[in-house]
Amino acid sequence: MTTQVFDPGAAAGEATEAILRDTLHGAHRGVVVDSPPGAGKSTLVVRAALELADAGRPLMVVAQTNAQVDDLVLRLAEKNPELPVGRLHSSDADPYDKALDRLPQVRKSAKAGDLTGLPVVISTAAKWGHVKVDEPWAHAIVDEAYQMRSDSLLAVAGLFERALFVGDPGQLDPFAIVGSEQWAGLSYDPSASAVTTLLAHNPELPQHRLPVSWRLPASAAPLVSDAFYPYTPFRSGTDHDDRRLAFAVPSDGSGPDKVIDAAAESGWGLLELPARHTPRTDPEAVRAVAAVVRRLLDRGGAATSERSPDPTPLTADRIAVGTAHRDQAAAVRAALADLGVADVTVDTANRLQGREYDVTVVLHPLSGRPDATAFHLETGRLCVLASRHRHACIVVCRAGVSDLLDDYPSTEPVQLGTLVKFPDGWEANHAVLARLGEHRVAWRP
Amino acid sequence: MSLITTLARLEAVSTGRAQPAATVRHRHLSDHPLVLVPLTTAGEAGAPLGALVGTDRDAPQLLVVPQPRDRDLRFAFLSELADIVLPYVDGYAESVEAAERNETDPETGKRVKVEVELCADAPQLIVPSRAGVDFLRLLGRSMRFRRTAEQDPETPYPAPPRVPLLGRWLTHFGERARMPGSSLLPAMTDLLARHWSTGQSTLEDQHLGALLAWIDPPEGRSGAEAALEAELARDEQGQLRHPPAGPATDPAFDNKLLAPAFERYDRARTALHAAEDGLEADDRLGALTAAEEEIRGLVLSRTRPTWDAVWHGIDLLRALPEGAHVEERWTRDRWSFTGHRDRVTAGEPPQPRRDDAVTAANKLASREREQARLEAQEALDDPLVMAGRRLAGEAFAGEVTDVVMTYSEGKRPSPRPLVTVRTEDRPHLGERAKVYRSLGGKPQSAEFVGYEDSAEGSPEGGALIVLKILDKMGRGKEPEAGSVPEKGDRVCFTLFEHEQRGGAKLPEPEDTPWTHGGPPGEAVQETADPVTPEDVL
Repeated sequence: MTTQVFDPGAAAGEATEAILRDTLHGAHRGVVVDSPPGAGKSTLVVRAALELADAGRPLMVVAQTNAQVDDLVLRLAEKNPELPVGRLHSSDADPYDKALDRLPQVRKSAKAGDLTGLPVVISTAAKWGHVKVDEPWAHAIVDEAYQMRSDSLLAVAGLFERALFVGDPGQLDPFAIVGSEQWAGLSYDPSASAVTTLLAHNPELPQHRLPVSWRLPASAAPLVSDAFYPYTPFRSGTDHDDRRLAFAVPSDGSGPDKVIDAAAESGWGLLELPARHTPRTDPEAVRAVAAVVRRLLDRGGAATSERSPDPTPLTADRIAVGTAHRDQAAAVRAALADLGVADVTVDTANRLQGREYDVTVVLHPLSGRPDATAFHLETGRLCVLASRHRHACIVVCRAGVSDLLDDYPSTEPVQLGTLVKFPDGWEANHAVLARLGEHRVAWRP
Repeated sequence: MSLITTLARLEAVSTGRAQPAATVRHRHLSDHPLVLVPLTTAGEAGAPLGALVGTDRDAPQLLVVPQPRDRDLRFAFLSELADIVLPYVDGYAESVEAAERNETDPETGKRVKVEVELCADAPQLIVPSRAGVDFLRLLGRSMRFRRTAEQDPETPYPAPPRVPLLGRWLTHFGERARMPGSSLLPAMTDLLARHWSTGQSTLEDQHLGALLAWIDPPEGRSGAEAALEAELARDEQGQLRHPPAGPATDPAFDNKLLAPAFERYDRARTALHAAEDGLEADDRLGALTAAEEEIRGLVLSRTRPTWDAVWHGIDLLRALPEGAHVEERWTRDRWSFTGHRDRVTAGEPPQPRRDDAVTAANKLASREREQARLEAQEALDDPLVMAGRRLAGEAFAGEVTDVVMTYSEGKRPSPRPLVTVRTEDRPHLGERAKVYRSLGGKPQSAEFVGYEDSAEGSPEGGALIVLKILDKMGRGKEPEAGSVPEKGDRVCFTLFEHEQRGGAKLPEPEDTPWTHGGPPGEAVQETADPVTPEDVL
């Protein structure tokens, strides 16, 4: 019996080559790339942009937020400082990152007309939606296409001939603030994701996927892959011995310290508070989150990874706190400020999409809730929160969530003609909880 | 559910009465609404059983389908309904005022102002519950593709003359009802639930009787008791004392009273058809009329309480003063009404079964804009709604404690006064967050600069928020009088915008891109669903 040795670098390289081949020389108008968390999506976008620019094809890039646009411009500039890039921005005050002003090859304007002739022009979907052109761009790259709504693709699709669509199908679906059931089941449901509509009308388009997550450690990739990508599994690019999280200050035996040690050891930690129904901004859970962050910083953490032989200190900017709601994020920020912690990112799942940290502390979306609504069960929300870390993820939660899940099976009405999404939030939540349960630390605040 | 709603509901439970959720009325109420209480037949989607309809609360008109599975009787009902609804709707089509609208000039492609008509007022149909709105939409869908004998002499089951037109109007009303804040076709339960918080769940609030029991309980009883009775109390025959607002009826009513009455009606009708001479027929016609009268009596007994409840709700709502932005939203309803009037007059075909990609995207975008606008306007119109936003950290109110004049950098320095506000609210202000206040009805924007350390032990307490005012101060070097808050002023800033920006310009339907299936092609004249064996008795 021979065991096949999996070479992550080679597998990822092969996938990338195939994608670029289809993009540059394929017969189809579109190419779709599914990318699990941390699989090098941004690297792929930058590489494809440079190759398309080299091939002399005028390229427009569509991203979803201004932060994503600025990030792409900076990455392009890092790879090829010679390449002239246009940054199309809104006419608001401070429409783009000031760091762009230091790059002489980047031309910035609020008018698309000022940027004509540049090999690459980058902007948000919202801004592109207001652009009118006589001659469409030869090529487009649509980044975070699974987070883009079908109607915003409709507004920009007339601007390009062909396009590469890149995104993560496991993250949060786009949403509408009003009901859209009236169009459920239509192939062009305006509230569906851009990729859903695109593939419904063009099922023959080649679909690729990136097979290796470089961000998620070996301890996290199998769980995230099984729970959120059951039919499109991926692997971790690193092995169990490649990453290590160590703390200079030993544990004081408290709950937060125990859970930190459990997470450093296994990659996962669950700090469980006694079962209780609470308001959204559960003060005890919020204090527990803040206490864990405080201890993470106080204990002199150091992260060793494949990136460098020497350990890098675990500083505030390498830690993030994720919540489901904005008021929870605000409460955590206030609690952290009380403990004198600054510079730790605290945000909702929506805003943490696409970001990466060494350690994340997550307030479980179902913690303390009396009910499990579709919002709190959404697979993408949990997936985002459980896949932002390179080393460890610590979840703070009230006991009793698995009972809650059993009490509330999903009851969303089934709409004819819509694709049923797998896995459903119920199943994914159970899978994650079962794994977290192995690293549980009970804590009485 | 927002925190303030939760608090109001808890308070309703403890006091036994619904608590106000608004201090003004946030929806337009016509002086002359048409109230429509429809009932549907159990087990048969879209088969009306009857309706109580009219504009005079003391003289509603009762329409009944004595055998709902008989298509001819159903058409007769719809025809009668058309004879009441269409004259009411047409009554608003005549009186117009001149207005201007921006349109794209087909020759130059420029936006130009065009003089158009705008109906001076619009009809308002009020139904008891949200299910009633859905039912009218379904009726509209079932009627608008029907053809009359005049339109198509070949059609196998011609509809009475005005029925397809009623279908188009009900479709329009039903579609407009999906627009947040619109008032062409409101449901009474939604109107009441917007203005009062009860001590029951939002699902239970959809029961008009229970909702009214919380808001206006009978003398000497608590809302909870009265609501429970409205929902559950039955008489000695096992019938609900307060019939549900419909359109669905109570199964006990269907089985015990309605089904036997239908059976008697069917028997009487069969007997009439079998009559062999005129004398016998006369007798049997009398029996048929009696059977029909019995069903009419049953339908009236189930719709009249709801009819009275709807008018009771109207009285309660009329007691509230109208919110400042309600008129503006009603004007958009008038535009919507005028637009459809014009489409009907121009002989356009009925609304298609399904929206095309561009229409669907445009509708979604305009509803989302309207939702955001509605939320902002309700907060600006109503201190109680604003209090909810303040509690949620989306707004803050307080007193100006300091104003320091600064200027922007650049060739022409403009005023950028720094205003310090003392507030006890706890807004979620991010770095350099934009905030807005209403200045003479227009939003003035400011930027969050930071928190100032409040003097220890200051008696007022609260936080000191420093803001930089950015606009609406005129063109001069000195701000115009009244455009900058002064020390001691009470101010209220919101973190949400007051006005909505226009969305992206979508392509014309004929330019639908390849990602969305390309152009939908020539519009075809849609026909009614084919008749199946189940459709005919």
